[in-house]
Amino acid sequence: MHMRQQVVLVKGMVLMAIIVNQNTKVIVQGITGKQGSFHTRQMLAYGTKVVAGVAPGKGGITFEGVPVYDTVQAVLENHQVDATVIFIQAAIAKDAVMEALEAGIGIVVVITEHIPIHDELEFISYARRKGAILIGPNTFGIISSGKCRIGIPPNQFFIPGPVGLVSRSGTLAYEIAKKLAVAGFGQSTAVGMGGDCVKGLTFVEILKLFEADPETRAVVLIGEIGGDAEEEASVYIKEMPKPVIAYIAGKSAPPEKQMGHAGAIIRGGRGTYQSKVKTLSMAGALVVEMPSEVPEKISKLLA
Amino acid sequence: MLGTNIQGYLVEKLLVEGNLAVDQEFYLAVTIDEGAKSPVIIASNQGGIDIEEVPENRILKVHTDAELGMYPFIARNIVRRLGLGLGSQHGKELVKAILATYQVFQEKDAVLVEINPLVFSGEKIFAADAKVIIDPDARFRQKDIPYIEDQTETEKLAQDLGVSYVELKGDIAIMANGAGIAMSTMDILLYYGGTPANFMDVVGGTDTETIARSLEILLAKKPKVIFINIFGGSTRCDDVARAYAKVKKKDPGIQVPVVIRLVGTNQDEGWRILQECGIEAYTDMEEAAAKAVELAACICASR
Repeated sequence: MHMRQQVVLVKGMVLMAIIVNQNTKVIVQGITGKQGSFHTRQMLAYGTKVVAGVAPGKGGITFEGVPVYDTVQAVLENHQVDATVIFIQAAIAKDAVMEALEAGIGIVVVITEHIPIHDELEFISYARRKGAILIGPNTFGIISSGKCRIGIPPNQFFIPGPVGLVSRSGTLAYEIAKKLAVAGFGQSTAVGMGGDCVKGLTFVEILKLFEADPETRAVVLIGEIGGDAEEEASVYIKEMPKPVIAYIAGKSAPPEKQMGHAGAIIRGGRGTYQSKVKTLSMAGALVVEMPSEVPEKISKLLA
Repeated sequence: MLGTNIQGYLVEKLLVEGNLAVDQEFYLAVTIDEGAKSPVIIASNQGGIDIEEVPENRILKVHTDAELGMYPFIARNIVRRLGLGLGSQHGKELVKAILATYQVFQEKDAVLVEINPLVFSGEKIFAADAKVIIDPDARFRQKDIPYIEDQTETEKLAQDLGVSYVELKGDIAIMANGAGIAMSTMDILLYYGGTPANFMDVVGGTDTETIARSLEILLAKKPKVIFINIFGGSTRCDDVARAYAKVKKKDPGIQVPVVIRLVGTNQDEGWRILQECGIEAYTDMEEAAAKAVELAACICASR
């Protein structure tokens, strides 16, 4: 394919897509659980380098050819690891995240929903101190198209291409990825920021990475009501050279009601659709009203 | 006051307090700064009024590190900055009050502990009024805390199924899988001139039984049209179609028109099952939404 020939070499490194690529070595914490096992198969099918799994008490077995260990430390005695994905139930997820961070893993993807916010604050703070990238919690993960998929997005709609995608919502990101794919536009990388009130990696950090990535030519930002992540992103978008198209869900959401995600709630007049659209537009982002408008706008921008 | 109704809540109990001679009033709160990803202590020596009305330069905000936790020196700094001598009785009392408030915040998984006003009466300090909000995701480890449900009967039914549901005032009932896409579905209906009767997110991975019961919840509300918008990732299209078939079998004369958009995992099987029920699935969500709005309008006109 044409895009594949445009590999840019910087200091001997393949610099395409953000955060993860075809060389990223991944482990799965909770590999034998319902979600963990299903998505390990999907990740392997996508070509992700899953080098090991962790399931306390089950060390020694293999799952789909992947060796399983009792602890993260035991994995690291035998493998080189770049990233981990957490499929551990909310009540004990903090333990698993801290285990990965303490062991020095640089990329931690937390899929689990409903983790107590105090636990999240603690491991986000620890990640910051360890200099690790924490994606989520309550995220679909990250997928660098055609190279590496860490998390739960459906494989078929993520094809290589020039669009960077970042979203607070999973299904809505898939919806827009599919619309883009149908229109012939793939994605360099799609990142799920997560639907909770606090997140590890935020819009601004992800936008900066897309700005620096030569494969990414435009970014689609999918936000929703609640919090002020979009307002924060606007400050950076104002000075960002690459174009940003934004779609915000929740125009019709009533105030003071949590709309599925812990973070999707308009509280005391803050986090409204109007505030987000206004701030993003003023910063120069192209805000669309319907998901179906995204491919048209991308097509015009990249023509 | 006993037995009266205030904003929909029945007054069941009254707490009678002694009269308090107020010498000085403070505002004190511990909450979470989502943008800073850390707890924040908010204090002001202008207590007794809504904190929103206190001028910004009279409000002290001190962030703590969730991982390091609280220390007495942090409280001493706050007291000093509020203008109280640390050697004075009032200063010492206030340090203790700040530490105790933070302890409640941390130990009880609170997202807000607000004392307003915090009152000096003679040598002593009193929390004259307080508001505490506990993280619903931490209920599993805060079992001794009474929980006030602010939900309708239908919202409770949905919650027991593990489904997010919010009642709205429109006439088109919706079901979607994912918070973002459920909000987006509401917005798109509105765009075409329809009105959503509810928000419903049947989170990814649900089985036929849960979806069937969710559908029955929607039917019971007697909407004009039901719009099911599924982008199958971990939710499987055949499960959704089977749920519809099951409900239809139980009640062959479903009087409410149902518009179903079904794409993603196992879509072919899903479409086949729906065809057997006499329903042609849509693949495009905008097109399906427009159809739902059109049907709702027809029903209006014919009545």
